Amino acid sequence: MTNNEIEFEDIIGRYLTININNENYRIYVEESGAGIPLICLHTAGSDARQFRHILNDKKITANYRVIAFDLPWHGKSNPPEGFETKEYKLTTILYKQIIMSFCKAYNVNQPVIMGCSMGGRVVLHLALEHSNYFRAVIALEGADKLEPYYDLDWLYRPDVHGGLVQAAFVSSQIAPQSPDNFRHETLWHYMQGGPGIFKGDLYFYWHDGDFDNRSSLIDTKKCPVYLLSGEYDCSCTPERTLATASRIKGSKATIIPGMGHFPMSENPELFKTYIYPILDEILI
Amino acid sequence: MQLTDTWMIRINSNQDLLKRGQWVNLTFTFGIENTDYLFEIINGKVNSIKKRVLLTKSGVFRIHGQSVSWEKHWLKKPPRDYHDIFAMLAKKIIILEGDLTPFIQNLQYFKDLIASNRTSND
Repeated sequence: MTNNEIEFEDIIGRYLTININNENYRIYVEESGAGIPLICLHTAGSDARQFRHILNDKKITANYRVIAFDLPWHGKSNPPEGFETKEYKLTTILYKQIIMSFCKAYNVNQPVIMGCSMGGRVVLHLALEHSNYFRAVIALEGADKLEPYYDLDWLYRPDVHGGLVQAAFVSSQIAPQSPDNFRHETLWHYMQGGPGIFKGDLYFYWHDGDFDNRSSLIDTKKCPVYLLSGEYDCSCTPERTLATASRIKGSKATIIPGMGHFPMSENPELFKTYIYPILDEILI
Repeated sequence: MQLTDTWMIRINSNQDLLKRGQWVNLTFTFGIENTDYLFEIINGKVNSIKKRVLLTKSGVFRIHGQSVSWEKHWLKKPPRDYHDIFAMLAKKIIILEGDLTPFIQNLQYFKDLIASNRTSND
């Protein structure tokens, strides 16, 4: 086979190093397209591979420069030196610092930011605190407050296989209607997470990142807020999404029937029918 | 044929499920309404499903739900909150008690074992 016969995808992957609080973080980032920057934030315990269908969608990349990076400790991004002596715990402050440092280092101007699950939570924080910088925020399966429903210690102990149990936990959040191949690809990402990383992410998602006492302060005239959640999401339920939307005046919330917690990876074609109109509206 | 007979056949004829459960050797209790069943598992295969008559006999852990909840879980297209036992747990539709270590260690196996009673009709 010659190079001419290979059908490469449009995605390009690179590494960069950012510095936060005097610690270096080597970050892996993928991008595709040209136009308005669209930063994509993956879910807890997974990585940016979840966004491959968005990065490869020519209708989206015709107008948007889609940028998806692995958070430190996730995917192909390294933890900082000395990680082996500390237990990983994602705090709200560190999460926001990572995102804003990445945006600065990558030199993106007035991006749209779209995050899923814990990424859907943090974009609400950003809509309030950086409303002049972000053009709009899209919270997928994002709510300003959630209720834990299982003990996080199960995720990080030597007598339970971390990869298998993480996948088994989140399989409950995928809609039964979603295609089998994409269901298992989504779960595969969870099977590959580092030890204790999903647990450390859920510290932000279930405890430190609560935002319901401040979400009403978001000014959607300065930074529009879109919320999209799946009918079958048993974590960020439709009720929690709608309750969040009711606190954010001017936000636009949509519930996707037959969808779970991972819209961009568990059922990308269905997801695109909901994200296209939002991205078109932001373009205007 | 009783519900438990057809269920046992479904489990024991699912080679993928049996392979995943090959390290499971225990008895667990599955409750429907006021009736408990003891599932004896040997190397992932169901050896017997018996009604729990004596309260001094119990499984390592117990999963219990109302009849109407399990009927919804076993629909071909289960409604939201009933599509997975962890979704049911999140909604407090079922109860989970006992020593959960072997359950969590083999979580996808037990989820699929219980869901395997799902019908082909709605």
